[in-house]
Amino acid sequence: MLDPRVAGAGVTDFGEHPERTGRDLFAEAGLAALDDAGVPADDVDALYFGNFMGELAEHQGHQGPLMAEAVGVDAPATRFEAACASAGAGVRQAVKNLRTGEADVILVGGAERMTNIGTAAATDALAIAADDLYEVRAGMTFPGAYGLMARSYFAEYGGNREDLAYVAVKNHEHALVNEHAQLRKEITVEDALDAPMVADPLGLYDACPITDGAAAAVLVSDEYADEHGLTAPVSITGTGQGGDNLALQDRPHFDQTPAADAATEEAYADAGVGPADVDVAEVHDCFTIAEVLAVESLGLFKRGEGITAAREGVTTRHGEMPVNLSGGLKAKGHPVGATGVAQIATLTWLLDGSHPRADDVSDADVAVAHNAGGTAASATVHVLEVEQ
Amino acid sequence: MSARDGGYDDWLDAVAESAGYYLECANGHGWLPPRRVCPDCGSRDLVEEPLPDAGEIATHTTVYVATPAFEEDAPYVTAVVHFGPVSITGMVRGVDPEAVEMGDVVGIDVGERETTGDRIVVFQPR
Repeated sequence: MLDPRVAGAGVTDFGEHPERTGRDLFAEAGLAALDDAGVPADDVDALYFGNFMGELAEHQGHQGPLMAEAVGVDAPATRFEAACASAGAGVRQAVKNLRTGEADVILVGGAERMTNIGTAAATDALAIAADDLYEVRAGMTFPGAYGLMARSYFAEYGGNREDLAYVAVKNHEHALVNEHAQLRKEITVEDALDAPMVADPLGLYDACPITDGAAAAVLVSDEYADEHGLTAPVSITGTGQGGDNLALQDRPHFDQTPAADAATEEAYADAGVGPADVDVAEVHDCFTIAEVLAVESLGLFKRGEGITAAREGVTTRHGEMPVNLSGGLKAKGHPVGATGVAQIATLTWLLDGSHPRADDVSDADVAVAHNAGGTAASATVHVLEVEQ
Repeated sequence: MSARDGGYDDWLDAVAESAGYYLECANGHGWLPPRRVCPDCGSRDLVEEPLPDAGEIATHTTVYVATPAFEEDAPYVTAVVHFGPVSITGMVRGVDPEAVEMGDVVGIDVGERETTGDRIVVFQPR
């Protein structure tokens, strides 16, 4: 079994583009990915498309065929929905189908239009990733859920708001050179600590912004890449997915993410790597505490030690284990259904040397993408490796 | 008028009458209705057990930025409370948000949202 390759990728600028329709956002990213790959649209066997809140934001269901049409692809198209892990779930299915030989070329991607409905409605839409009866109707918001998790973490392992502020500061600094990032401004620990509370202990600077944007990647079989002489040095060598009870209240612990633990274990075993092999990671930091939980689930830090990783500089671009060189969801932005593929795009560019932060990880061989849905009731992990 | 949510609305009715319950499986795992199977152990032998009179706050947050349906309620405290084998999410009332602590003992009732008047699970200090 030879691993599928990332033949090309494309992203839109992430940010506030309230007037841009989902189909236009995805068309830009999808066409950029096809152009980057040098693969004709006619060769695409399927589109796997991630989107979370299209019904609420655009009154648009059945987005698979709409998005295929938008990129000029005449092939079966299916939407994947796993909240914020929608695109990660699509990548996983693509990897599986390419490995079995059922397909040679799969366009994966996602798009989300969010700012057109305003912050209040977008907050409402994001909340429905939780259990409607027992969480949403009880007043739990998405930031509220992570506030509950952060407080549990602090109580179990220690840590404080200042530790989390360092995560935000780091990711903002990383995003400064990312021309597609939503928030390209440096912030200080004091800025983060002084920002208004959203759901304590989380403040405004602990939360990712609300983002419009799209991402796409052309994944091809190893055979197709060779036959067509594609320059595609990066392969997806491991895939994993985990699940958990939907409602936070129905889990034994609120300070860890077992779905991501399971996804990690599966992906590492699939790729034949371990945490010590990982050189760079893009993780799902919808909130600063989420990055902490992610790097612990990925085994990059022991439980209770992820909290100080940014403060100690380990996860900065100059550190031993750089995390979220794109700026993460925090600064790059989080167009929910596109995020999982945006992570794959970032890591591909970091490994092939074309990302503006690639020089910080010039020796990197192994990268890992961690994409989580809701309070991580869904999680996918992918391992990417570059041929030397 | 919208249809009732079977299981959930019945449960809220019971909690409002101080007759709350939970579903317990053969292995002692607790859940809220409707459930046909225990997601932990697969047991389909679920029986209604009376909800303990008081529970302990396991974690909490004060929500300052609410969804439109809770706009006028904000700021408010959301907590997950352990009632023996079952855990429940709700709004803590009757106490200064800054004074809420993990381990606080609370009772459960049904209140109204200030914003919409809809029913909501409420925890009050015991």
